[in-house]
Amino acid sequence: MCGIVGLHLRDPELHPQLGRLLESMLCGVVERGPDSAGVAVYGDRRRVPEGHAAVSVLLPPGADTNGLDAEVSVAGDTTIVAAPVVPEDLVARVKGLFPTARVVGSGHDLTVYKGVGHPRELATTYGLADAVGWQGLAHTRMATESAVTPEGCHPFSVGPDQCLVHNGSFSNHASIRRELVRQGVEFDSENDSEVGARFVASRLAQGEDLEKALLALRETFDGFYTLLVTSADGFAVVRDPIACKPAVIAETDAWVAMASEFRALAALPDIDHARLYEPEPGRVYAWRR
Amino acid sequence: METVSFDLATTPVRALNAELHDPAVKSYEVLHPDGAHAVAAGIDTGIAVEIRGHVGYYCAGMNDGGSVTVHGNAATGLAENMMSGTVRITGDASQSAGATAHGGLLVIEGSASMRCGISMKGVDIVVGGSVGPMSAFMAQAGRMVVCGDAGDGLGDSIYEARLYVRGRVGELGADCVEKELRDEHRAELAELLAAAGLDHDPAEFRRYGSARRLYHFQSEQAEAY
Repeated sequence: MCGIVGLHLRDPELHPQLGRLLESMLCGVVERGPDSAGVAVYGDRRRVPEGHAAVSVLLPPGADTNGLDAEVSVAGDTTIVAAPVVPEDLVARVKGLFPTARVVGSGHDLTVYKGVGHPRELATTYGLADAVGWQGLAHTRMATESAVTPEGCHPFSVGPDQCLVHNGSFSNHASIRRELVRQGVEFDSENDSEVGARFVASRLAQGEDLEKALLALRETFDGFYTLLVTSADGFAVVRDPIACKPAVIAETDAWVAMASEFRALAALPDIDHARLYEPEPGRVYAWRR
Repeated sequence: METVSFDLATTPVRALNAELHDPAVKSYEVLHPDGAHAVAAGIDTGIAVEIRGHVGYYCAGMNDGGSVTVHGNAATGLAENMMSGTVRITGDASQSAGATAHGGLLVIEGSASMRCGISMKGVDIVVGGSVGPMSAFMAQAGRMVVCGDAGDGLGDSIYEARLYVRGRVGELGADCVEKELRDEHRAELAELLAAAGLDHDPAEFRRYGSARRLYHFQSEQAEAY
């Protein structure tokens, strides 16, 4: 069991409230995954100034970030590095200085936070309530397949401004991983969800949009999954064809939200007038900014 | 009649359920459920409970004699294992509504998601809208009425439950077949619709049930084992 929440804001007036809303959603799925929690925020100009790239990274203990020549902010196990360069260059700079560090997110808009502990306390560590932006997602993890570590936290972000969170388990990930490795894709972990993220990233890199990429994922992956996948301009949800894992979507003119359970949505503004529905098995739901 | 109100924004579900298990009055109202789990589960007397808002998993589970109304939607397992009484929901129900229920009446005014009535053992389920795939899976006894459509796999591995569907039915599940709608079926359908407060013409429905090919051992297939 894991918990997923995501919020895509259509109304710019809500952007200053993104963090507060996302925190309330995260707290609604704490019981689904009390081991650890990860968060992604899009457009948080506190940490990624306009025209900057950001890299979210899990640095080794005691790492000296002075040599990075970048703006650095620390939130528990996660360090956010920002500089007015393209994301690939900043990733290379971080990896050059810290070869063993795990980069957990990069892009023009994206910041990713990962850590182990009670999700409510982690939200405070991440300063989530103060985050601003246009889109965000969070995942609470009850680990079944691998260790409880910051590296094992979702979201998996393996392409620029991309994120994937997963509730469930893929059963044929090893063969898909082998195929992706043959195509030259590199992996950070043995995690099944990372295979899903790498698969989507490779499809997006070939020019597909989120909807097409997730249709391909549905045809390729076997197992249980509810997935929330986000990109530089998109927000998409898909469940496996027998819908083993829960999901509910709510929409108003001001926002689109999804969560594992309704209780994570209960505090959203105007929720009483939202269109509420369960995503159908095997169908891809996608929204663009 | 005195009604006692519980506001779940300030009172834990455990306090509500403890009261409902040892009720001081006959009528209760629940405010701000906000998706909480197990709201009004385990009632075993004839009390009435009005829940105003959306509920989480296993609402009114194991109900035995209570009359529970949810003014909203419900998550997985609404009225699961109900023994008797009535559970009514004005909105939609998520997966496995009425699962394993032995008796009582479950009315879903909206639609139900997948696996509605899975392994039902005697409950009556009336759905105003549609039901998702794999509904009435392994249904053993009871009646299910669907005023809208039914998804694929309806009645897979069904035993003796009777299913009535007014709209389209996807691919039928293994050993589930359409059966003749006779007068006695029209009569019980009329009763069930009336109990649910619906006024569809029973003649608009089709009946489905077990072909009884799966649960008798076929001696000519003995060599296959």
